[in-house]
Amino acid sequence: MVGTLLIRGMLIGIVAGILSFAFLKTVGEPAVDRAIAFETQMDEAKDKAKADEAMAKGMSMPKEDPEPELVSRPVQAGIGLFTGVTVYNTAFGGLFALAFALTYRRMGDFGPRTTAALLAISGIVAVYIAPNLKYPANPPSVGDPDTISMRTGLYFAMIAISLAAMIAAWMLRNRLVARYGDWNAALIAGAAYLVVVVIVALALPTVNEVPEGFPAVVLWQFRTASMGAQIIMWATIGLAFGAWTERAETSRSGLRLKAAGF
Amino acid sequence: MTSATFAPTAEPIAIPIREALPWVVFAGLILMLAIYFVGAEEGATSLIKGMYVHEFVHDGRHLLGFPCH
Ligand SMILES: [Zn+2]
Repeated sequence: MVGTLLIRGMLIGIVAGILSFAFLKTVGEPAVDRAIAFETQMDEAKDKAKADEAMAKGMSMPKEDPEPELVSRPVQAGIGLFTGVTVYNTAFGGLFALAFALTYRRMGDFGPRTTAALLAISGIVAVYIAPNLKYPANPPSVGDPDTISMRTGLYFAMIAISLAAMIAAWMLRNRLVARYGDWNAALIAGAAYLVVVVIVALALPTVNEVPEGFPAVVLWQFRTASMGAQIIMWATIGLAFGAWTERAETSRSGLRLKAAGF
Repeated sequence: MTSATFAPTAEPIAIPIREALPWVVFAGLILMLAIYFVGAEEGATSLIKGMYVHEFVHDGRHLLGFPCH
């Protein structure tokens, strides 16, 4: 049963990955290219300033060899992007299926379609939207390589806390349903999640490494592209997984009815 | 009411935790490792020498929201 769900989730994840790749290729890559152009411009300006300074002192500037390119830009923006996005989406499809296996019929009186939709909404809020409001996605050239460990740690901590708060909020909602009803229990639990996440976000240190003069439009385009890819992934997985599981369940109970002589 | 005894239990039930747990642990670990390779390998931490994985999935890493350079 869990194995079937897992395969189903990963297959849907592959489809979500292909859709995400098509979206990011058209909407995300132009922003990446512009960010890299900015980065190159900055590096050239820095090199020129160094050369001018050396010239003024009457020395000749030792020519620095440019770093060898390990992976070319077309490969990064093509098969590299495709691989990264598809692996990520497939893995999330699988994790989604595992979460479904644990939570189905435990989140309340919901069928497979509703359960999957609620899981997807909770998932994108907990794993992407809340953490990214605090630590937004950044294009190349935004970010200091020396702080990568700190930034990675903070980002994953934010995801872990947000996810734990979301799970706790669902448990709270289930406890409150009997007393306050569906709607109000969900409102209270949602508010509790929000309060926890806002307090944590305020308490964690801020990271701002956007270089002086970086075009704001490129930053905006990059971040909306990143958000779009997440919406595509969670919507595809949430809707397709729910529909598929609902169909499988109805045909199974149909068989059971037939076997019982109906 | 003989038909009552035939009433099928169409009501789907939750998957027992004991059945789900091994899947969640083993598959969950492998899937998270896959996400780690896309999102953080050869960045903050490194399991494989060199920078090839990082450079290969670099655009995806940035666009999927992971911290990078
Ligand atoms: Zn980078």
